[in-house]
Amino acid sequence: MFKRSEQDKRPSVQIFVDGVAVAARQGDTVSAALLASSCDARRSTAVSGAPRLPYCMMGVCFDCLVTIDGVGNRQGCLVPVAEGMQIEIQKGKREIGR
Amino acid sequence: MTKNVDAIVVGGGIHGCSTALHLCLAGLKPVLIEKDYAGRHASGVNAGGVRQLARHIPEIPLSIRSMGIWEKITDLLDDDCSFESYGQVLVAENEEELAVCRARVAELNALGFTHEELIDAAELRRLVPAVADTCPGGVVSRRDGAANPAQATTAFRRKAEQLGATVREGIAATNIRHTDGLWHVDFGAESFAAPVLVNAAGAWAGTIAAALGEPVPVETVAPMLMITSRVPHFIDPVVILRGRKLSFKQFKNGTVLIGGGHLATPYRDRNETVLDWKSLATSARTVFELFPVMRSATIVRAWAGIEAKTKDDLPVFGPSSRHKGLYHQFGFSLHGFQLGPGAGAVMAELIVNGGTQTRIGDLGIDRFHPSTL
Amino acid sequence: MTVAPKREDYDVVVIGAGPAGLAAAATSAEAGLSTLLLDENIGPGGQVFRAISSTPVTDRNQLGADYWVGADLVQTLRASNAEVIHRATVWSLDRNLEIAVSIGGASAFVKAKRVILATGALERPFPIPGWTLPGVMTAGAAQTMLKSSALVPDGRTVIAGQGPLLWLLAAQILRLGGRIDRILDTTERGNYFAALPHAFAFLTSPYFAKGLSMMREVKAKVQVVSGVIELSASGDGQLASVSYVAGGKRETIPADLLLLHQGVVPNVNLAMAAGIEHRWDDLQLCWSPVLDASGTSSVAGIAIAGDGAGIGGANAAVVRGRIAARAAVEALAPAAATRLAPMATLRADLAKAERGRVFLDTLFRPAPQFRIPAGDTIVCRCEEVTAKDILDAVAIGATGPNQLKAYRRTGMGPCQGRLCGLTVTELMAQARGKSPQEIGYYRLRAPVKPITLAELAAVPKSEDDIKAVVRG
Ligand SMILES: Cc1cc2nc3c(=O)[nH]c(=O)nc-3n(C[C@H](O)[C@@H](O)[C@H](O)COP(=O)(O)OP(=O)(O)OC[C@H]3O[C@@H](n4cnc5c(N)ncnc54)[C@H](O)[C@@H]3O)c2cc1C
Ligand SMILES: Cc1cc2nc3c(=O)[nH]c(=O)nc-3n(C[C@H](O)[C@H](O)[C@H](O)COP(=O)(O)OP(=O)(O)OC[C@H]3O[C@@H](n4cnc5c(N)ncnc54)[C@H](O)[C@@H]3O)c2cc1C
Ligand code: FES
Repeated sequence: MFKRSEQDKRPSVQIFVDGVAVAARQGDTVSAALLASSCDARRSTAVSGAPRLPYCMMGVCFDCLVTIDGVGNRQGCLVPVAEGMQIEIQKGKREIGR
Repeated sequence: MTKNVDAIVVGGGIHGCSTALHLCLAGLKPVLIEKDYAGRHASGVNAGGVRQLARHIPEIPLSIRSMGIWEKITDLLDDDCSFESYGQVLVAENEEELAVCRARVAELNALGFTHEELIDAAELRRLVPAVADTCPGGVVSRRDGAANPAQATTAFRRKAEQLGATVREGIAATNIRHTDGLWHVDFGAESFAAPVLVNAAGAWAGTIAAALGEPVPVETVAPMLMITSRVPHFIDPVVILRGRKLSFKQFKNGTVLIGGGHLATPYRDRNETVLDWKSLATSARTVFELFPVMRSATIVRAWAGIEAKTKDDLPVFGPSSRHKGLYHQFGFSLHGFQLGPGAGAVMAELIVNGGTQTRIGDLGIDRFHPSTL
Repeated sequence: MTVAPKREDYDVVVIGAGPAGLAAAATSAEAGLSTLLLDENIGPGGQVFRAISSTPVTDRNQLGADYWVGADLVQTLRASNAEVIHRATVWSLDRNLEIAVSIGGASAFVKAKRVILATGALERPFPIPGWTLPGVMTAGAAQTMLKSSALVPDGRTVIAGQGPLLWLLAAQILRLGGRIDRILDTTERGNYFAALPHAFAFLTSPYFAKGLSMMREVKAKVQVVSGVIELSASGDGQLASVSYVAGGKRETIPADLLLLHQGVVPNVNLAMAAGIEHRWDDLQLCWSPVLDASGTSSVAGIAIAGDGAGIGGANAAVVRGRIAARAAVEALAPAAATRLAPMATLRADLAKAERGRVFLDTLFRPAPQFRIPAGDTIVCRCEEVTAKDILDAVAIGATGPNQLKAYRRTGMGPCQGRLCGLTVTELMAQARGKSPQEIGYYRLRAPVKPITLAELAAVPKSEDDIKAVVRG
């Protein structure tokens, strides 16, 4: 859906999405990195299981909820990526307390 | 112009709405006056706990009466009020607390009440698998449960209106006076007159009673609640703690309600409360310790409701000790939601029949003033 | 690396580091007041100057000169003594000016003598059929990715809606080599006439020439369809096509990405949770706080500046920030106020910055069918409540957004009504034949952003722990 502009010279950062390595750039938010990658980043809602992707990218819609380094329900559009970060795409109600 | 009705009910909480409905069932045509909208205050924002468990002995008969109505709530209201009955469990965190539980159940049994049942660690774990391993047991009241408070209060209001009650919302009842043998109340430009006035004005009822010469020791408090986002189902009954201020309930939709009586600062006449986050943090810590499974759940909202609390934590319920035709129904001291259906039924009996089979003798306003009637 | 606030008490706490907050914090700190600036984003800039200190878009022409003025604001702030914390989400503010803020997974409480809310705006909900499908986003979302990560659309892309921001985004995407297949303009034809009486002010405002040249730039490269009166997105688990009606003709085009935009509205959550009075703005069709000329709200000690005070744009936001900060300085350290620009000058600046606004508001007033959906269209994204669900609740007695909760969980999800509140108010107002003001808004409460139970549990204990209370 999105591609990176050639002028982007930021260093790359490796994150893992459901265990698979994905290249991001320093300064990307988790959601931006997911949308720029080729992975299927659709979460499913807790109410009906409907698929969603980030909608607002500014922290207001909560459609970007992901599990980051084991902590669930984080707003991916507000969290910058970090080397080695583990992202899990949330399916339905999150398993609490794992 | 004054409109004559059979009764004037001031206050559209679950109590006022239930009383209005039961008066209609008895063939009367009441008017219900609510200054905001029905369910705006304590009745619409409480924890929804439908609990006989751990009640003060003088209100147990009223609570049992109410429970019978809750169990058939759909027949009464054509609305299930999201009532569900998975029991309520009081958890003892140690042997001393369990001893207190044992004594309480024995006391109730001696009085002929059997709804509370002592349980051991195994049964506790069966009912509440997620509770910390160290808890030795507790008490269960198996018929108890929970309902959706806004839905329930609204349903009482709607049914009362369907059965002929006049409902007026959005302006306070003012200028309450007794002249020519009738109670008169103004609602904006309208006036109502009736032989009967029910004071069910929640946290504002003490002011009304005092203005009518019957002050009672009641204060305004604002208990707080908080709710989590949806989490997978892990618990059925409502859980309350013996030793610490905590109540805990997971709804069908997965959200978990955390309460227990920590207080916000009420600004009653602004309809406002200011939350005390340091106290809510205490509730969060208790949940954190007892339900490790909840640690990473997110809190999506917290709020408080404005409620009347009496000195002895018992409601003021029954006829006035000074005025004919005046009835009080307030001061439910943080546990009046469950009592709403039964209290309305009993109040209608008091008004229509002049008496009731349900034992409510210890709840009257005459415990503060000897009757002059 | 996270830092907690250095103190427990400040003279001034500014919330939001967009143009209004940057200007307010710099002004207050310059006058010698202890000042804390808290913002949720990774860096300063707010929405308009997003990623101003870190954007990978280095060619200055691509984001435009209006973007780069943000760098000066940041410079001025950095030169001041203001304490600045990013990735700091304020989740509670009350009338005692107690602020709870979450920083790096831990919460801190600070108290202020004056609070300046500069939490800005968010994009108006655009509830069309299919707007929850993956592949449908806001135009602002695309712009955010463009500014902060130099990302541009490269699949089949449709932009739909109206307003200056939509054209700005389109121009920026094209300059960065992104793809736009079609622009669907939903501006109502009648608005052009309605806006005419205000045209003079606009023609003499700075927006005019810029706006015009941007539209020309975009129209030279992209097919623009105007007069769109119906719009929907469809697809199975993913956007596949966009349908629209314009000039009496329905057309369906395949699409991978649909970007929606119909203006911005104040972000009211924190202000309303603090108990600040708001009123319905009939022109901007949103809730705006009731403020005096210095931005002071109905809650003593709290002022609001920037687009959170009513949409005025970035230039006005800067001036409103300075005005609110000057008022705080006048109250707390009158002697220091003489060092600042006089109030009269600031007010003249504001009048200039607000020139042409009424024209824009009138021209880009979104059409009713794009604000008030019908049938199965989702209104509340979090709880998946449809327009029909809400109308059914109205039919059996729900009178306003708060009464709705007796029937539906609208507004009770994590977004706390940000994406459904205006729709619910207008939908219920229409159904009940009342004004939005009479219908009202959700009663908002803290936390305005969810926090984890563990984070709350880790908050330091207080004396209240022992306060004896009855259980509920
Ligand atoms: C997505 C989007 C993109 C926009 N792009 C442009 C543009 O390119 N050009 C233009 O002229 N106008 C743009 N606007 C309009 C915008 O409203 C500007 O007029 C301007 O950014 C307003 O400035 P402000 O200072 O009032 O608030 P903003 O710039 O919106 O800044 C508000 C800040 O407050 C922070 N904040 C909000 N709530 C909290 C909280 N609870 N805790 C901590 N921090 C918080 C936010 O993270 C944000 O950084 C855009 C608006 C949006 C919504
Ligand atoms: C947070 C919280 C949690 C609780 N949890 C539980 C629980 O789990 N289980 C339980 O059993 N109980 C619980 N309670 C207690 C229960 O909610 C109350 O005891 C009960 O709702 C009281 O009902 P009411 O009708 O007397 O009062 P209210 O619901 O307060 O109704 C009184 C109404 O009178 C109106 N009024 C006042 N003055 C006037 C006037 N002059 N004219 C017109 N109208 C007027 C008010 O606006 C108000 O709506 C809880 C309470 C709170 C606040
Ligand atoms: S994408 Fe909307 S909150 Fe993150």
